[in-house]
Amino acid sequence: MSPEMINLIASSTGETLYMVAVAALIATAFGLPLGVFLATSGKGELFAAPWVNRVLGVIVNATRSTPFIILVVAIIPFTRLIAGTSIGTNAAIVPLTIAATPFIARLIEGAIREVDQGLIEAARAFGASPLQIVGKVLIPEALPGIVLGLTLAVVSLLGFSAMVGAVGGGGLGDLGIRYGYQRFMPEMMLAVVVVLIVLVQAVQSIGDRLARNLNKRIRHA
Amino acid sequence: MNAPLGYLAGQTAQRLIPAEPIVRLEKVSKTFPGRDGQPVTALQEINLAVPQGSILGVIGRSGAGKSTLIRLVNGLEKPTSGKVIVDGADIAALPEAALRHARRSIGMIFQHFNLLSSRTAAQNIALPLEVAGYDKAEIKTRVEELLALVGLTDKRNRYPSELSGGQKQRVGIARALATKPKVLLSDEATSALDPETTRSILDLLGRINDELGLTILLITHEMAVIRNIAREVAVIEGGRIVEQGDVFEVFTRPQHEVTRSFLADESGRALPPYVQGRLRPEAAPGSQAVIRIGFRGPHATDPVLARLARDLNIETNILSGSVDEIAGRPFGTLVVGVPEQSLATTLDFLNKHGLDTEVLGHVA
Repeated sequence: MSPEMINLIASSTGETLYMVAVAALIATAFGLPLGVFLATSGKGELFAAPWVNRVLGVIVNATRSTPFIILVVAIIPFTRLIAGTSIGTNAAIVPLTIAATPFIARLIEGAIREVDQGLIEAARAFGASPLQIVGKVLIPEALPGIVLGLTLAVVSLLGFSAMVGAVGGGGLGDLGIRYGYQRFMPEMMLAVVVVLIVLVQAVQSIGDRLARNLNKRIRHA
Repeated sequence: MNAPLGYLAGQTAQRLIPAEPIVRLEKVSKTFPGRDGQPVTALQEINLAVPQGSILGVIGRSGAGKSTLIRLVNGLEKPTSGKVIVDGADIAALPEAALRHARRSIGMIFQHFNLLSSRTAAQNIALPLEVAGYDKAEIKTRVEELLALVGLTDKRNRYPSELSGGQKQRVGIARALATKPKVLLSDEATSALDPETTRSILDLLGRINDELGLTILLITHEMAVIRNIAREVAVIEGGRIVEQGDVFEVFTRPQHEVTRSFLADESGRALPPYVQGRLRPEAAPGSQAVIRIGFRGPHATDPVLARLARDLNIETNILSGSVDEIAGRPFGTLVVGVPEQSLATTLDFLNKHGLDTEVLGHVA
């Protein structure tokens, strides 16, 4: 493999990591409160608002059921508004974030719902406010599940990021399509796939280890 | 003024102004919306007063309404009608923020402990203090005091998953006491524990009541809990309190069927199966009357049957018996068979000696 090719792979990996990292951070910033709210706004719950809950649920489902490649094109005006342009790596972060936010929200909702209701009751009994219950009980207790959810979201983002080549987003997927497929360079395609496999493995094992260390429910030998 | 007079003055004052009960439920009813739109009544017209410094136990079968009852006291449930007065405040009428503040003086412990798995013993105990806004130094001192009180100083950095059931409940108790409450609510706190651990947790609660003067309201379905720790008892059935009073009085002279059924589970109260099977409501030729004799307090150890045989020449046939302790006082139960013709004389003799009698039936 030529030094040029290696350079290309390195810069594309950098673009992918940049897009995924920034999108994951922003999506978590929006998805965490959204997920917590979804988990606590049902009937008779901490922030009971069943109607808002239902409407948000529909919006989240709608976003999640839109195929990513269609989402990318459909929100181009919005992307231009936010990023100032509709092409390039920075522009690609917008659809990635929008796709990841409801996904992360649902994963966090699931993790929060796993927390024993008895803990909420105990916290209410000693005078905790709903916000204190979220901050001091629900999130810390759900943290192992939240970390596993975020790991899954990052792995999915790595997959999504391969499609943003369609809007000149760059990254590994784009490299694989343009060089590996369109220019008949199977070794490039292979290299891209190998790098992606390594990335996914790395993310998954870091996430698993972190979740395991945070989980105090199981006795550590 | 000398000491004896001061003592007398204190006594008089106490008699004239009875202490206001710290928890008072007045005509409290609670209905829940049912699944089929039909409202379900959990509690009906409950009146209950928990005197300051006492230990009151509410006993009932599951579904009797005791869980709802205890949750009314700290406002986790709101009554449909009636008043819940705790330390002078009407809990049901308090706005959310004031209710949260009031809850700091009402501790609660739970059947399944409800400890945070992500926090160590010490951190769990610290949680109510963090929520109440204590500063770090205060929290540290208070947590150490509490760990020492419940005997877990050496386990302060253990997570709940590394503790036994009894230890977890000790952490639960320490957490409930963190904000120095005036009342402790115990929701089946020993129901998930083995008898020995139950005993040690009850001892701890008794000690806390004794040393800190903390009022304890507990709900349970276990007779042993009431017998070992409570001074007053309320028996709840179908959302109503069917009997209440001093534990010894209630359990040595049970009036209601439910109260009797709790006692029947106890050893010595149950008839041996071979008697139970042959028991008839009517006397038959040659049958024996079966009577239960209750020995209370000072009479619990009297040799009455020996006197019955000696003075009246009536021979009794002992079928079962036991001597127990209820609320720290001895209480004996004896089930005997006597010849039908001597029944009236025997009952008369026993009652004259201050014993309780109950004719259970007749066996051929």
